[in-house]
Amino acid sequence: MKFAYYPGCSLNATSIEYNLSTKALARKLEIELWEIPQWNCCGAFYAQKKSRLLAVALPARNLALAERNGLNVAVNCAACYNKLKAAREAVKTSVELQKKVSEVIEMEYIASNDVLSIIEVFEREYGLDKIASRVEKPLAGLKVVSYYGCLLVRPAELAMDDQEDPQSLDRIVAALGGIPVDWSQKVECCGAFHSTYNAATGFQIISNILAAAVEAGADCVACACPVCMLNLDMRQGNINKVKKTNFQMPVFYFTELMGLAMGISPKELGIKKHFIDPQPLLKARNLL
Amino acid sequence: MEKVRSNLISLNAAYAENRGFIEEIRRESGVNEKDCYQCGKCSAGCPVAFAMDYMPRQVIRMLQLGMKEELLRARTIWLCVNCVACYTRCPQNIDLPSLMETLRKKSLENGISTGKQIKLFGDLFLWSVKTFGRVFELGLILGFNLKSKQFFKDAMLGLPMLSRGKISILPHKISDGGAVKRIFARAQEAELGGDVP
Repeated sequence: MKFAYYPGCSLNATSIEYNLSTKALARKLEIELWEIPQWNCCGAFYAQKKSRLLAVALPARNLALAERNGLNVAVNCAACYNKLKAAREAVKTSVELQKKVSEVIEMEYIASNDVLSIIEVFEREYGLDKIASRVEKPLAGLKVVSYYGCLLVRPAELAMDDQEDPQSLDRIVAALGGIPVDWSQKVECCGAFHSTYNAATGFQIISNILAAAVEAGADCVACACPVCMLNLDMRQGNINKVKKTNFQMPVFYFTELMGLAMGISPKELGIKKHFIDPQPLLKARNLL
Repeated sequence: MEKVRSNLISLNAAYAENRGFIEEIRRESGVNEKDCYQCGKCSAGCPVAFAMDYMPRQVIRMLQLGMKEELLRARTIWLCVNCVACYTRCPQNIDLPSLMETLRKKSLENGISTGKQIKLFGDLFLWSVKTFGRVFELGLILGFNLKSKQFFKDAMLGLPMLSRGKISILPHKISDGGAVKRIFARAQEAELGGDVP
């Protein structure tokens, strides 16, 4: 099983543990991730402010490099997934755009390869049964709320799961022996960069999410997006100060939880890089 | 006779005066504001509604009425985070995030300053992509703080990020033979020439 791998910019810095855990997991499960050589930034939500063509062409260059090698593309970051998938759909549905984009990126690109979120790679392509069969340390008794956020499940035409009640991460948690917990905020937005520009608004949104996780009785949150992770994990301490709350909610990339259950060392997964230390929880559940 | 003062808006006059504006927004955003029958589902599910001066539903109503000035000065258009919950749930399939983006653009074109910092962040982001092929996160944050004169913003996160190996000190420039730079140049050229399918 082989995929072209598009980590995206955050995975080399702020969300390094998402990258480490994904690669460690792929090695363990013998999934070959071929990192697209000299991949470029997808343009996020900024390219479209300049030009629609730029917003399609930046992702398309990466997709074309994978297409040349006959590979579907696996994407970690939710925003990159959204932008790559949108570019693919746009090129696929317009011959004129397909020609224009190929000209701009200096490569023929016909959108014949697919864009998959890394969740789909593990859950659907690799398969839940096989995941369950590879578990060495079940997440026994661990109550996990899965946090999908916005860009993996919206808009409908680009979504990798249901818009209002996605279940793919919950199914993975169950396959790992954990307890998927239903809650109210699974598809709510984390506020993205409001926590940077406009802390009063951003912190309110984040604390609503954390409060809902506590209320649902969760031990931890599983997420799949670098921005969600930054907001829920890195900002948590600051939110406690500013809003006089007392959250101590460990947040994981779902790939870290998979890795732990499959016996990969926490160091290799990058778990020590979190702001809210998950080690007391993991120790208490015999997962370290 | 007692003088009656009123801050009411003459809706007919606003509509007549700003019909061109409505058409321009319709064309650029792909949203036909007449599709909206004001059910309010967008506003009920908006994660940032609590901080807005006008609900998303009201933004469309204001557009229907041609309230250009109020729309371009609204805080709401800068609070929208593009989470797409409204569009996903809209029974009329109205692409509100696209409308908000178009209004932000118009607001900046009209010299209204509400969103200047957000624009600055976007410009620096794209500069980084154009120059290195990827986003150089540290450079982006430092550049933003410097240019927006908030020198110590989030500074207390710097050291913990560094000690966790979550900051790269130097940009990683990809060896693409200038391909990304040429993508920027060609896209701009096509856009200026109206040559975008």
